[in-house]
Amino acid sequence: MSDNRTVLLIKKKFSSFWKTFRQNKTGLIGLGILVLFALMAIIGPYLISYNAASVEEISTILNPPDSEHWLGTDDLGKDVLAGLVRGSRISLLVGITSTIISMLIGAVIGISSGYYGGTIDAILMRLTDVFLVIPWLPLMLVLTAILGANLLNVILVIGITSWASTARIIRSQTLSIKERPFIERARAIGSSNFHIMFSHILPNVFPLIFANTILVTAIAILSETTLSFLGMGDPTRVSWGMMLHFAFEAGATIIGAWWWIIPPGLAVVSVVLGFTFVGNALDEVLNPRLRRRER
Amino acid sequence: MDDRNILEVKNLEVHFEARSGFLNNLLSREVPRIRAVDGVNFNLKKGEILSLAGESGCGKTTTGKAILRLVEPTGGKVYFRGQDLSLLTQKELREFRQQAQIIFQDPYESLNPRQTVFATVAEPLEVNRICDNTKEKEERVARALSDAGLKNPRDYFIRYPHELSGGQRQRIAIASALVLKPKFIVADEPVTMLDLSIRSGILKLMMELRDNKQISYLFITHDLSLAWLISDRIAVMYSGNIVEIGGAEQIIGSPAHPYTKALVSVIPNPERSSGTDRKLLEGEIPDPSSPPRGCKFHPRCSYAQPCCREERPLLREVEKDRFVSCHLV
Repeated sequence: MSDNRTVLLIKKKFSSFWKTFRQNKTGLIGLGILVLFALMAIIGPYLISYNAASVEEISTILNPPDSEHWLGTDDLGKDVLAGLVRGSRISLLVGITSTIISMLIGAVIGISSGYYGGTIDAILMRLTDVFLVIPWLPLMLVLTAILGANLLNVILVIGITSWASTARIIRSQTLSIKERPFIERARAIGSSNFHIMFSHILPNVFPLIFANTILVTAIAILSETTLSFLGMGDPTRVSWGMMLHFAFEAGATIIGAWWWIIPPGLAVVSVVLGFTFVGNALDEVLNPRLRRRER
Repeated sequence: MDDRNILEVKNLEVHFEARSGFLNNLLSREVPRIRAVDGVNFNLKKGEILSLAGESGCGKTTTGKAILRLVEPTGGKVYFRGQDLSLLTQKELREFRQQAQIIFQDPYESLNPRQTVFATVAEPLEVNRICDNTKEKEERVARALSDAGLKNPRDYFIRYPHELSGGQRQRIAIASALVLKPKFIVADEPVTMLDLSIRSGILKLMMELRDNKQISYLFITHDLSLAWLISDRIAVMYSGNIVEIGGAEQIIGSPAHPYTKALVSVIPNPERSSGTDRKLLEGEIPDPSSPPRGCKFHPRCSYAQPCCREERPLLREVEKDRFVSCHLV
């Protein structure tokens, strides 16, 4: 009986959410792009091999697109399309996991700062200010240089440097929610502070967190690309930024190997665009004040 | 302590410190204190409905919240069943809150919009770890909902507040107060936000609950006719003090304090010839950070005497169970 009710509830929530989301054209386009890239990341690597050319196949180095290599080959004779497919895995993985870290830090700091107020608020917000004003690119470069360039460190570094604006947004929302009478009612029935923050404030700031998550993912993917392009990525794994880095190092722009530079660049732009579209659409769906009037 | 009293309020004070500007801090001027509740005394008997009536801003809501310690009192004592509430530990405070509940004015704001009805009503049980058994919990929630006058309570379980009408929401709020089986409820203007047609249903429900479950109410309202309808006794508040307290019939039938007289004179009454003896008060309720000397009501009082400007009157018993704070009574 109880499980049945939960299922019903989830169904009901999802269908009403989908109904509003469906009306947002750019959101649907963004979702389409993301689904495409997700499929590519999940099943793509099983379909295309990504091996360097052997010595006998020297003729396959730096080939422009043809029927065998749809997007041409790079200076080691590797298929660019295969690199793109493999890179999507790393880019999405880094983007999503570092966003989760950033959201956890941002939500904990934002909610506790807004809820407790006073000294705790002052300390946490000064810390946030520090992270807001620090130029994040040099900070990321320094941190990866110190910690060492491997995948986990890149994820951690992006997560740690990108939570500040989230914390600010969540704090301001918490400030307005904690003054509402249902919080006072929660106190009147004997709830602890933790219970109030977890069961009353969190669900009410969650839409904001969620919409923000999607937007932060776009930034995280961009950060990963930037780090890799500057040579601070994990050299053992191919990501789009890494591809751009190697292409730039090999002088692809000078020798006119456009097929080596444009695809990863376009991939980064479209994924970021997809996340931004979906993020804005979610913001509109989950934040009733921004919702357009029903037609 | 009288055994028949569930609640005794003695000299309750809530003073807020007004936020002072930077310049005032610099010159270390005294921070103005807003005397929201300035020495309130009353008792509440078991199973009694006492109305706290007064204009907006007179401190009636703050009094109700201070009794439940939702606002910390700055002075005075509140005894609940003989227990001094200011001395409670955190654990005892939680136990007290199971016995004393509050119903808020605005049913559109007092329910969490992201919680289902079941989650809202079951929450007091979960927070206080009263029953862990899902089946028993559902049973208790269903009973509370039907006690609050909702038919087919289980149909409401997975609905959200925005799917319900104002009257239904207020019943949900009442159910979530009832689920803990409280002995005392502060009802903070529970019907002001509701349509007239729904009001009588909620009021009847509250009176039934008093009769069936021996719940005592502190009924906060700005509407004297409502207070007359529902309560056994009425306390009239003015600028942080009770100016008159007594049986509902007595207060409405023969008001003694000039302020009460003015309030009673404007209750619409079909039997009275239209409005010749109405007393419309002039002026505003005094600024609670600097109340006038003497009787707080004297600037608006048409009977004011020189002594009213000098000396603050105390609440005196003028007949049995009837207290008035006025020099002229």
